[in-house]
Amino acid sequence: MEQTWRQARGAFAAIAAPPLVWLLLFFLVPLGVIWAYSFGENVGPITIDLTGTFANYMRALEPLYLGIFGKSVIVAGVTTLLCLLVGFPVALAIAFASPRMKAWLLLLIMLPFWTNLLIRTFALIAVLREQGYVNFGIEWFWNLASSARELVGMAPLGDYEPLTLLYNNAAVIVGLVYVHLPFMVLPLYSALDRMDRSLMEASLDLGAGHLRTILLVVVPLAAPGIASGVLITFIPALGSYLTPDLLGGTDSQMIANVIERQFKKANDWPFGAALSFLLMYLTFFAIAAQALIQRKPGRR
Amino acid sequence: MSRVAREKPGPLEYHRRWPLQLIVGATFFFLYFPLIILMVFSFNDSRRNIVWQGFTFDYYEKVFKNAELIEAFGNSLTIAFFCTIISVILGALTAVMLWRFRFPGKTAVEGAMALPIVVPEICMGVAMLVFFAKIMPWPSGMPWPLNLGAIIIAHVSFAFPFVATVVRARLASFNRELEEAAKDLGASEWRTFWDVLVPHMQPGLIAGALLAFTLSLDDFVITFFTAGPDTITFPVKVYSMLRFSVTPEVNAASTILIVVTVALTAIGLHLQNQSENKKLKP
Repeated sequence: MEQTWRQARGAFAAIAAPPLVWLLLFFLVPLGVIWAYSFGENVGPITIDLTGTFANYMRALEPLYLGIFGKSVIVAGVTTLLCLLVGFPVALAIAFASPRMKAWLLLLIMLPFWTNLLIRTFALIAVLREQGYVNFGIEWFWNLASSARELVGMAPLGDYEPLTLLYNNAAVIVGLVYVHLPFMVLPLYSALDRMDRSLMEASLDLGAGHLRTILLVVVPLAAPGIASGVLITFIPALGSYLTPDLLGGTDSQMIANVIERQFKKANDWPFGAALSFLLMYLTFFAIAAQALIQRKPGRR
Repeated sequence: MSRVAREKPGPLEYHRRWPLQLIVGATFFFLYFPLIILMVFSFNDSRRNIVWQGFTFDYYEKVFKNAELIEAFGNSLTIAFFCTIISVILGALTAVMLWRFRFPGKTAVEGAMALPIVVPEICMGVAMLVFFAKIMPWPSGMPWPLNLGAIIIAHVSFAFPFVATVVRARLASFNRELEEAAKDLGASEWRTFWDVLVPHMQPGLIAGALLAFTLSLDDFVITFFTAGPDTITFPVKVYSMLRFSVTPEVNAASTILIVVTVALTAIGLHLQNQSENKKLKP
């Protein structure tokens, strides 16, 4: 049973004070300052007046910035969907593997997690660029097809033109999936691993096929795991900075890149602060929506 | 059931069905191919980093002669070390506070402690930038390791709630009667904490320390905003090298970091398993 704090005031103070003070001073205060700045105005090169204006928020609602918000949501959404489509079969395979193999597969999924995000993005650039291995692979097939055509007496294909796989929206999505896949697989795995398997056996015994069993039995049972996997993937994807910065082109900026520009180059802190808080509200909205969805099936 | 031929997968043996095997194989290929290429090409004897020319250690030599890169690497390890120590202490205290006490405003405190986990990195990064620029300017030109103070503080702020979550999960399995027994037998509050509770938390503390260390070593975005011109960390340095030109030197430096993180994590997991196995033995 939990103790009330009154029973041991000294111990409570000694235990609670350091983390609470730290959180207040080095987390809540910085966020509070940003929040205050979002209602401020630039009056000089380095001075900001807190005038209580809503101009920064109004500016953030202009079509240009609204478009970037919309684009960020779509990119994060597509990333989450792709992660789910790839991650679900992988999680299913891991959950039903033998215990020994399970441990190895989980380790293999988590290993890239421990590798630096920047390094993983850099590795992806080397593979996707015009003189990267994806293009080399396609070129090989291209030349093969070309010589095959020559063999049967047709004109050979022209020289291979490398595809531009980097610096566009598709590259950003591939990069985000690459980085966030483990976030999706792990919650899915833990939901599938805990599932009552006799229900699947019953479904299979009663004549449903595997696909039908998975869609009608496994997916509803794993719904909480799917919901938390979706949230855990969507939130960091929505606020990602590095992937669109390194893999995206001029038109694939996400909201984080715009925020960075306000603080580092444009030097418009109040506007950047307003954008940061809008991004944060969007994140909280996603969390609240997930909590609402998750509460419903529990009531049945 | 035993009539099913051995070669044929059982009804629930999904990992033995070829469509799933194909997807799992393709996924691991997708996850590992770029990293393996990156590591292999750190040994490539060519400036251009494209076609394999022959084996060489030249780029590792260059990395070790690159004073800035070595300094950045040292900075990263120093920051991760201090961040781990402070985060483990604060995280453990948070976990014990939330696990042990009932107090007014507990739900709000729990929510606030989850904030650093869910707030987008970029928002936290700019908040730290403004904080250390306007509210608490970090004096420049401080001696090592105090010059890294601002980055360490920023890292602790996002790492310690993760540690708290891990330790709290571990505390859920603690039998509170043990604590009461210790107190009945005359142990003081401090003694009970140190001799009864901390040993029980140990696997959680190790896991939390590991998490804090990797989070700190990995972080780019928040460091990017907090770091001054003379406090470059390894990821920030690699980022600027990447922007400037991609040479095999970056591959070599990345390979070193990958090996260091994987080795540290392996050691951590091993320690954790050991301490858990010790508990199981009578």
